[in-house]
Amino acid sequence: MNAPASKPSATGLPVAIRDLRKSFGEQPVLKGVSFDIRAGEVFVLMGPSGSGKSVFLRHLIGLETPDGGEIRIGGELATSEDIGSKFHLAIVFQSGGLLNSLTVAENVGLYLTEHRLKPREEIDRVVTEKLALVKLDPGVGAQFPNELSGGMRKRVAIARALVGDPQLVLFDEPTSELDPLVALTIGREILNLNERTGATCVVVTHDRDLAFGIADRIGFLNAGELVVLGTPAEIRASPHPLLQQFLAADFHPQ
Amino acid sequence: MFQNLGEMLLLLAATLRAIPRAWRDRRKVADQLFDIGNASLFMACMLSLFIGGVLALQTGPVLVQRGLGSSLGGLVALGMCKELAPVMMAVLIAGRIGSAMAAELGSMRVYQEIDALRTLNIDPVNYLVMPRVLAIAIALPCLVVFANLVGWTGGALVASFNDRISVTWSAFFGNLRSVVEFSDLLNGLIKSFFFAVVIGVVSCHQGLTTLGGPRGIGRSVTKAVVNSLVLILLLDYVLTRLLLPLDNGWRF
Ligand SMILES: Nc1ncnc2c1ncn2[C@@H]1O[C@H](COP(=O)(O)OP(=O)(O)OP(=O)(O)O)[C@@H](O)[C@H]1O
Ligand SMILES: [Mg+2]
Repeated sequence: MNAPASKPSATGLPVAIRDLRKSFGEQPVLKGVSFDIRAGEVFVLMGPSGSGKSVFLRHLIGLETPDGGEIRIGGELATSEDIGSKFHLAIVFQSGGLLNSLTVAENVGLYLTEHRLKPREEIDRVVTEKLALVKLDPGVGAQFPNELSGGMRKRVAIARALVGDPQLVLFDEPTSELDPLVALTIGREILNLNERTGATCVVVTHDRDLAFGIADRIGFLNAGELVVLGTPAEIRASPHPLLQQFLAADFHPQ
Repeated sequence: MFQNLGEMLLLLAATLRAIPRAWRDRRKVADQLFDIGNASLFMACMLSLFIGGVLALQTGPVLVQRGLGSSLGGLVALGMCKELAPVMMAVLIAGRIGSAMAAELGSMRVYQEIDALRTLNIDPVNYLVMPRVLAIAIALPCLVVFANLVGWTGGALVASFNDRISVTWSAFFGNLRSVVEFSDLLNGLIKSFFFAVVIGVVSCHQGLTTLGGPRGIGRSVTKAVVNSLVLILLLDYVLTRLLLPLDNGWRF
């Protein structure tokens, strides 16, 4: 499933994170994180709740300015003003982040309409296609986000992120509100996107099945520090106690 | 409130830079205009009718007592078009529209919609602020013209029906026509344009800088209205002073 050799010549972007530090007030959230995300890989970030995963993703997409250290995406500083015009980055927020004043279809097509990338009919076609990809029927397009369930909103947000073939896509808990079948579809879709376009995917998740199903490499973040990094096999074999607890947690331990 | 003045000026500059996009975003501007008209026309009508009436009621008896009843029309009309219409309409719009804009942008901020726009490489100033500021700047002067007409009518009604005044409709408007010059109308319109920019920029700035959850939205709304009102009244004096030379202007 994750044989790196079968990857297409990547149009995905590499990300280099160097000594990234961030505090909110007195509370340090990221305490010097350094690692590389390779171009075109599916990188999964796991970690306990509150360990700073969402804050880390917000740094990648340039929504937060680091207190120290730097992030380079395709060689460009993530905080630079025009990175958005050089590369197409996309993020699926943990809460969706849909515009409530727009319909679902307008939300999904927003990137194309605002940047005038395609004619009207073409945009409609892309929107229907992306909605179908996340298993939403075209009728949903006319509804407003607050008329949808949490899981449906999440899927709309994923559809919106996939429009316009981004080179780096960040997913914050993409399956957290989805039933297992849709979660499986979303996992497949992330792989599919990655294989089809070569986009680099960074996925934050607590879902162990998803993580081990799609990851080329997995990082484990705890209390603002990256404690383990490796392939799924290496992660399974890692002796780190918290990570092992994390992976073994089960209602019916035998 | 003034520690943010710099930020607001920057937002104003960014908004002005976004103005060339106004034509391609005309739908958004039109939607905003529609909302503003919808929310404020009826209130503006009531407000102006009564302001014009009260103005006539306050000054009418005094003038009539001194045999100056014939100049009532001009007095009411000038008071209305140079001062009361621009200021009261600005107060109305700040309370009705500015607050709604601060609340809308504030909730967009709190619920990560603004972040989502940025990640789609859409500038919130282009997408949200410019259409709103432009719509207010178009709507407010129009409302002032409307308020003048209604207010003058209110004044004339009171003047002719109140038996301590009893200035006829035609005497009222006859005097009005000989006294009010185009420059007086223009004076009020120029002021209202600046008030509109203040309301738009202050409200959008408050909305975009909202911190925290729903409580933060409430705080932003209050600040948007209060700061707009304070700035409007300060600016009113400054603009009135600067526009004094207009009074030697053109007649119609
Ligand atoms: N804007 C902010 N202001 C203050 N503190 C913040 C802010 N954003 C995040 N934090 C703090 O940073 C820490 C990490 O938050 P983050 O959202 O990254 O956690 P997470 O790893 O994504 O957790 P979860 O799995 O529950 O989503 C938390 O303790 C949180 O309180
Ligand atoms: Mg999170």
